[in-house]
Amino acid sequence: MNSAPVNLVPAYAELFVLGMACLILLIDLFLSDRRRWITATLTLATLAGAAVITTYVSGVSERVTAFNGMFVADPMGDVLKLFLYLIVGVSLIYARSYLAKRDLFRGEYYVLTLFAMLGIMVIISGNSLLTIYLGVELQALSLYAMVAFNRESGIAAEAAMKYFVLGAIASGTLLYGISIIYGVTGTFALDGVAQALADSSANDIGLLFGVAFIVVGVAFKFGAVPFHMWIPDVYHGAPTSVTLFLGSAPKLAAFAFAIRVLAEGLAATGTAWTEMLTVLSVLSMALGNVVAIAQSNLKRMLAYSTISHVGFILLGILSGTTRGYQAAMFYTLTYVIMAVGSFGMILLLSRKGFEADQLDDFKGLNARSPWFAAVMMMLMFSTAGVPPFIGFFAKLYVILAVLDRGMVWLAAVAVFFSVIGAFYYIRIVKLMYFDDPQDTSPIEADRSLRFMLSVNGLAVLVLGLAPGLLFNLVTQSCCSTNLLAHILP
Amino acid sequence: MPSGMGLLSLVIWLPIAVGLLVLVLGEGRAAVGRWISLLGSLATFLACIPLFTRFDGSTAAMQFVERRPWITSFHSDYYLGIDGIAMPLILLTSFMTVLVVIAGWTVIEKRVAQYFAAFLIMEGLMIGVFSALDALLFYVFWEAMLIPMFIIIGVWGGPRRVYATIKFFLYTFLGSVFMLVALIYMYLQSGTYEIAAFQALPLGMTTQILIFFAFLLAFAVKVPMVPVHTWLPDAHVEAPTGGSVILAAIMLKMGGYGFLRFSLPITPDASRELDWLIITLSLVAVVYIGFVALVQQDMKKLIAYSSIAHMGFVTLGAFIAFDIYANTGALKGAAMGIEGSMVQMISHGLISGALFLCVGVMYDRVHSREISAYGGVINTMPKFAALMVLFALANSGLPGTSGFVGEFLVIVASFKANFWYAVLAGTTLVLGASYTLWLVKRVIFGPVANANVAALQDLNYREFIVLGVLAIAVLVLGVWPASLLDSMQGTVQHLVQQLMISKLGH
Repeated sequence: MNSAPVNLVPAYAELFVLGMACLILLIDLFLSDRRRWITATLTLATLAGAAVITTYVSGVSERVTAFNGMFVADPMGDVLKLFLYLIVGVSLIYARSYLAKRDLFRGEYYVLTLFAMLGIMVIISGNSLLTIYLGVELQALSLYAMVAFNRESGIAAEAAMKYFVLGAIASGTLLYGISIIYGVTGTFALDGVAQALADSSANDIGLLFGVAFIVVGVAFKFGAVPFHMWIPDVYHGAPTSVTLFLGSAPKLAAFAFAIRVLAEGLAATGTAWTEMLTVLSVLSMALGNVVAIAQSNLKRMLAYSTISHVGFILLGILSGTTRGYQAAMFYTLTYVIMAVGSFGMILLLSRKGFEADQLDDFKGLNARSPWFAAVMMMLMFSTAGVPPFIGFFAKLYVILAVLDRGMVWLAAVAVFFSVIGAFYYIRIVKLMYFDDPQDTSPIEADRSLRFMLSVNGLAVLVLGLAPGLLFNLVTQSCCSTNLLAHILP
Repeated sequence: MPSGMGLLSLVIWLPIAVGLLVLVLGEGRAAVGRWISLLGSLATFLACIPLFTRFDGSTAAMQFVERRPWITSFHSDYYLGIDGIAMPLILLTSFMTVLVVIAGWTVIEKRVAQYFAAFLIMEGLMIGVFSALDALLFYVFWEAMLIPMFIIIGVWGGPRRVYATIKFFLYTFLGSVFMLVALIYMYLQSGTYEIAAFQALPLGMTTQILIFFAFLLAFAVKVPMVPVHTWLPDAHVEAPTGGSVILAAIMLKMGGYGFLRFSLPITPDASRELDWLIITLSLVAVVYIGFVALVQQDMKKLIAYSSIAHMGFVTLGAFIAFDIYANTGALKGAAMGIEGSMVQMISHGLISGALFLCVGVMYDRVHSREISAYGGVINTMPKFAALMVLFALANSGLPGTSGFVGEFLVIVASFKANFWYAVLAGTTLVLGASYTLWLVKRVIFGPVANANVAALQDLNYREFIVLGVLAIAVLVLGVWPASLLDSMQGTVQHLVQQLMISKLGH
């Protein structure tokens, strides 16, 4: 195989983030604690720079591959990356005063965040099973360290350990699946895999074996039942700012992972993974929604809520149509916006030595701060899928995709569990509005957090009143034509 | 009708904007917020009047139509318009909201601004429900409306308010989501969310039956019909007076509106096939719930059960159309039942609202809703007693009041359908009179029962205006129902024609 001259342009954003992450790590060594803000500002500047590069320099209007087809840039990837920068930026702004009050405001936090983000970017742009595996590992290793970031905390160390052990098993499983696929098709490149599978019969038992292992890898990254065990403990144990990050950005990665590997690479085995995802999806919606009701800790409750939302995202993916993928992407983007806001509310109410992560800490919030009670109310109703908030349209889109495939029973199951889910979201509203405050101290959060959170809450409403904005973004970028048509000559 | 452009948008968004303004002003300036709320609700009511005066009752076409693209990728439009079914309900909504704002003037003591804001925002959303011609837009309004009501019951309600409001929310939410699935299904069939397109969509029998049940779940919970009515007594008892009034006067009507706008025209064949189910449930509501109302000890609960019984007439009137047509072959007879159910909806809105306000007046003074806590109120509150007796008589269907017209039309129509329907429906004349008049006898008449009653003050100006205006409305509608019937004539005729054309043959 003649290697063509390496075209680096599509990967400029990744290279820039990598360079900046190393640079920030170096610069941070020479900064005193008082000057730590420089690290934070540089990180935000990196995100802005990456956004500019993705938009203007390496942005593409159609699919382009680089590094001998190991790396792909397409409009879907660009949109996901831009969203990723936004979410990472918002999560860092939310995190700052929380970290400062807990002596966690260190340069490593920012560098690890950037490396995790780089891992996600590599997953989004991976066009080979190995590239994607590389991204998965880079993201996971950074996240393990971030979960354990608070060295003093036993519960964080325990969470990190659990995450690490289970994550390692999942990586092993994924790698095993990749090796089987390699054995069957003789290539790591997703184009090649798709090509090979299209030519041969797709019912080979060995192949299905490989697909099953890959689906397990995807399910673990998403946190779908029965591979969800790590989610509640890790969400609970990690510092809240890390939970915020963990609960949002990696979902974009998981979505991209599923689309690249299942929908693009393994499209020919669609019937097999559709059935697997159906089981995962229904179990996730059922277990997530039911178990969330029993939680008294908000972080754990949101963890189970995540699991149930993953069920919805999988519903979109398993529809296996362009519309389904678009719905899943729309749901992912929407969910990420809402998750960032909900965890941001915990950060808002936290103080030095006090984590506002119990449900009871939200009691009577309306009396303490009507505006932030309203923000949380909008976030909760949106997450529950009540119009006019954006979360409703996400559910609508997914149900539409599922009905389009004639799977009426799945749609009925999905709406049924979302009604059960509505209970624990409106319980938060009940605590904020109907109960009297236990804690009447004023809210201490800094101005940037207040501002971003207000914008976040309003975004949920405004996007809900004019969902066309986000719809157009998704329909124009994601999977606009048959995915296979891209890959197969 | 270019001169009507934007009027519906105005009456939807004006109260919402005013409500948000009151919220922004905050509790610190609640006194100003109260006045702004009153002016806002009055302005909305005044803006609704042209909807009535410029309405052409002879046609079934949608009027005051507005349409602009909303979500293009979903082919969903911001599409508003009203016909003879929606117009009276919008008028009722804006009218009742004004009264609720006045009624809550000094009664509400905590979080005053949020109270008024919630009612105004809800007003806009409810008008949106009645005027949306796009199913997605309809659904957004329909669900969004639950949020302010959830807050109203939960914050300003009675001791068991949390239980009641969560029950209310989950019941109605569960009912609605299956309707959403049905709407999406029809969108996929027709490629648009336009309700008119759904009505024209040919559907097979099995599909129609599934869709019919999805709608039935949503609307039966709202109406509410037996056996999904149990949220209503809880919600009514715990809600503050204003909440009860809006709940009874407007929110229950959305169920009836839904049957007339969605179930009947979209699934006419399934409706014909299953009309026995609705008729049975309606008659059970009229008879059984009438008996249940008889034994209530709590005044609000009694009126709540009375509401369920009266709403039974609405569903009965709507669904006997098929039998009437089968028996007589005349569309005019079938139309009579539907007209009756429309009149019943408006009339029940006024009367039940008034009765809840009456209970509120007494509750504000004595802080008890138990019937046994009262007796001989007429001795200390003569003006109040006169009005309450009037509303009670209207509730039991006295000729000359609006309560008579609706029940009369439905009973006469049901004679044409089946003699026994009429007999059972007719029991309401006895039952309704029994529970209402017995309530009045125990509360209003007799000797002064206790020191609380002896210390009662008669109505103040504010309360007198609210109840007085309602009394006038009840009498006007009772004496001159043609004002209402004329405006809906064209629409109802069209609806009946739609019903009798099978969708299966296409």
